[in-house]
Amino acid sequence: MMGRQAARRALLAVLVIALALFPLVGAKFYLTYATKIMIMAIFAMSLDLLVGVTGLVSLGHALYFGAAGYALAMMDGPSLWWSLPASMALAALAALAIGALVLRASGIYFIMVTLAFAQMAYFFVRDSSYFGGSDGKYLNARPDASLFGWRALDLDSHLHRYYLALALALAVYVLLRRVLGSAFGRVLVGIRDNEARMRSLGFATFRYKLAAFVLAGALAGLAGYLTALQDGIMNPEQLGWNRSGEALVMVILGGMGTLAGPALGAGALMALELVFSTWTKHWQLLLGVFVIGVVLFMPRGLLARRKESGHG
Amino acid sequence: MDFATFLIQLLNGVQYGLLLFLIASGLTLIFGIMGVINLAHGSFYMIGAYLAFWLTGALGNFWLALLAGVALSVLLGVALEWLLVRHLYRRDHLYQVLLTYGLILVFEELRSILFGDDVHGVTVPSPFNFSLRLTDTLSYSVYRLAMSAICLALAAAMYWTIARTRLGMMIRAGSVNREMVQALGINVGLLYRLVFALGVALAAFAGMLAAPAASVFPGMGNQVLIVSFVVVVIGGLGSVRGALVAALLIGLADVFGQLAFPQLSGMTVYLVMAVVLLWRPRGLFGSA
Amino acid sequence: MKQRKLLQGRRKFLKTAAGAAALTTGALHAPYILAQASKIKVGLMLPYTGTYAQLGIAITDAFKLHVNENGGMLGGRGIEFAQVDDESEPAKATDNANRLIEREKVDVLVGTVHSGVAMAMAKVSREAGVLTICPNAGADALTAAACAPTFFRTSFSNWQPAYPMGKVLADRGVKNVVTLTWKYAAGEESINGFKEGFAQAGGKVTKELTLPFPQVEFQALLTEIASLKPDAVFVFFAGGGAVKFVKDYAAAGLRKTIPLYGSGFLTDGTLQAQGEAAQGLETTLHYGDSLILPKNLAFREMYNKATGREADVYAVQGYDAAQLLRIGLEAVRGDIKAKKHMIPAMERAEIDSPRGKFTLSKAHNPVQDIYLRKAVGLENKVQGVAHKALADPARGCKMT
Repeated sequence: MMGRQAARRALLAVLVIALALFPLVGAKFYLTYATKIMIMAIFAMSLDLLVGVTGLVSLGHALYFGAAGYALAMMDGPSLWWSLPASMALAALAALAIGALVLRASGIYFIMVTLAFAQMAYFFVRDSSYFGGSDGKYLNARPDASLFGWRALDLDSHLHRYYLALALALAVYVLLRRVLGSAFGRVLVGIRDNEARMRSLGFATFRYKLAAFVLAGALAGLAGYLTALQDGIMNPEQLGWNRSGEALVMVILGGMGTLAGPALGAGALMALELVFSTWTKHWQLLLGVFVIGVVLFMPRGLLARRKESGHG
Repeated sequence: MDFATFLIQLLNGVQYGLLLFLIASGLTLIFGIMGVINLAHGSFYMIGAYLAFWLTGALGNFWLALLAGVALSVLLGVALEWLLVRHLYRRDHLYQVLLTYGLILVFEELRSILFGDDVHGVTVPSPFNFSLRLTDTLSYSVYRLAMSAICLALAAAMYWTIARTRLGMMIRAGSVNREMVQALGINVGLLYRLVFALGVALAAFAGMLAAPAASVFPGMGNQVLIVSFVVVVIGGLGSVRGALVAALLIGLADVFGQLAFPQLSGMTVYLVMAVVLLWRPRGLFGSA
Repeated sequence: MKQRKLLQGRRKFLKTAAGAAALTTGALHAPYILAQASKIKVGLMLPYTGTYAQLGIAITDAFKLHVNENGGMLGGRGIEFAQVDDESEPAKATDNANRLIEREKVDVLVGTVHSGVAMAMAKVSREAGVLTICPNAGADALTAAACAPTFFRTSFSNWQPAYPMGKVLADRGVKNVVTLTWKYAAGEESINGFKEGFAQAGGKVTKELTLPFPQVEFQALLTEIASLKPDAVFVFFAGGGAVKFVKDYAAAGLRKTIPLYGSGFLTDGTLQAQGEAAQGLETTLHYGDSLILPKNLAFREMYNKATGREADVYAVQGYDAAQLLRIGLEAVRGDIKAKKHMIPAMERAEIDSPRGKFTLSKAHNPVQDIYLRKAVGLENKVQGVAHKALADPARGCKMT
């Protein structure tokens, strides 16, 4: 057990060091693309807390992603230090309100009711000119990262944004690892494996699920905030069902419930897209075949979870 | 809105609802009975529409094309089940999601390679290529009415097959307990293959039938995918009756939502679904 | 609100412009010679798959046609291309624009069709200070509130083709009109253009109907139109939706009782699929296939010879994007870094377009004739000029 953990830590350390050194060799385009991958990794990990860990398959996770992103886009060059927590809090609040309603459903019905709320938000944003409508909303200026007069980060610099995304992706991974290892995390896994048993053991499972839903929403909000920060524009498609579906594919592809797997899934999906699309305009064909191949030949995703905690 | 207009709008809602039922019917079958979440359902609908466009041109007659298209899509369904889907019955539903997502990408690109990205039309076939006069300004396409009649007939046939025939009995039993049915000497593998092929054929049939009234264009499958799921889920998994009621509900909600709340009409369908599922977490006719 | 963003963009632009100016004044001839040694890289960010693929392909072919016409050179320099398929997907737009600007290091960006994608693309190219020519996307904001010194458009603003139809209908004695479109930016901007033109000519839009994009179930709204009985209906639809709408409108018997008008996209590239239902439809647009102009006839023949297809409005816009770039490059003898001189030259350009000669407004949008056209057979036949040299109002554009 210790060996496993040590190996995982070593691997993580190597990866983080490699990513930290990447700007020394990587051209600007690849840094920007890697920033996007790390942001999507945060998004995928946040969804994994629901899908892989707790067994709640949400097809509306982009709602929280988009809520925080639009929150930033609606502010006029605010300070990073309060706008980031405020945007995440908004996403968490949305998750709390919606979670309280939708967590009564389960299985496929849960999938569809989460989708329903996300689609309502999508149409609401897309069809109102206040949010910029279908053409999207420009950020007037990127957030200001000054801290007591000291300019900690220049968010107009792609390099600073890269390191910000790297630091936050690492922080989210460590946080979620901790959550998984905690008593709270074990209850969530218990709910996934057998909710009725957890309930009969005296756990108020609804509250646990709601807490997971809110945490996942807040972290999805973090990813959405970073996306708006990175792109300088928010478009309604950022909270459409395609965005939710893509994240779900990253999670399943990478390996549900492993945290690192979904992050890897995000990287694999986006990297393959980049490579395939330079080969042919019909790159989606190759991507489709790849996805089907993973399902058939790597039954537990790219990074399989240990067998004893597997389900299905 | 005067009474005559109201009645016509009611007809519009019912007619649209029946069309939604037709589109969703294949999904009800595959999703409700086999428990397979088939995201590629919209693709099969699109394949149907392109088949109608291609075969009508090649054979010169829409009704012949319809027959040939159904046969081809049954074959496609059998092939897909044998090649891919049968490996997934015992696995987590989410792998079906992933696999059928891959299929969407593949089919959309194959469509682009084979047919290009143009918008195409299919001529409304005789004897339905005329309109009926309803008011001094408004007529109604007879083809639309014919589509509604076909949808109703199909709903009746599906209901009868599942509730009354031996095949239907096997399907129902198979959906509840695969092992037990197997023990009774029924070839479940074959049964599932048949159901899947039927589901694919129904989706393609819907696409073919809709092609003359709508048009044939890239991305048309994704447009109907979600609304199909909405219909099936509101109705309750595996319930043909539920899907019919849900389709009519969505059709009417869409029509009257557009008239009453034009600013928010994109949300209507999802609002209905959210309300229904919060009220009855297993859909209108879903079993516990 | 917008001020700071604009300032940022401008600061970058000024920096590059100042650098270029220093170069040109310091050693007047040397940089030109240096520059001519390498090719200019044009980044084409257009849809090559999906609903708008045909538009992207037409724009690309026509752009390249003009380059080939000039022996593969513009302004004395060779041209090479880098292409990215933007899939008309706004969520990927910044990545795709970055791909051309950062990875391919293009000197100029040409794109795109989809307005949402164009808005995101314009944001990236402005931050990078890269010269950008838009050959289609009509979002009003691109040459209004979001206008930029480095951003040019050779197509139209959504407002533009719809506005003249207001006067056309008022002149025909039409008093009240019902409008219908998808509820999204392009549709609403188009309807706003029509409404403005119609109101100025004394008409009144009695009801604005919308349905969610890209839904194509029109029956309820057609019933509503039939019961409202307006003098005429004005719509904005394009692509597959336009095909279905025109067919449904005819099948509902409304063509005989309530005349239908639209922005030209209703019948452009869709006549084949629309068939009988579209015959006789009148629309306004900045181009018509049958335009009797020597330039148009020559262009259509050349395009047909090169591609085997008939030219359309999108091909014209792509062709003119290349012409605008040529004019800019000629003014600086191929030194694309000399934006300080190149941009004013482009601003002053008179482009000999197949659609007729046009100039550019202060906001970098075409000042162009809008034609009234009628669908006959597979052609949109030009009936006359609905509005001469129409400029977009460019509300909120602060370039300097």
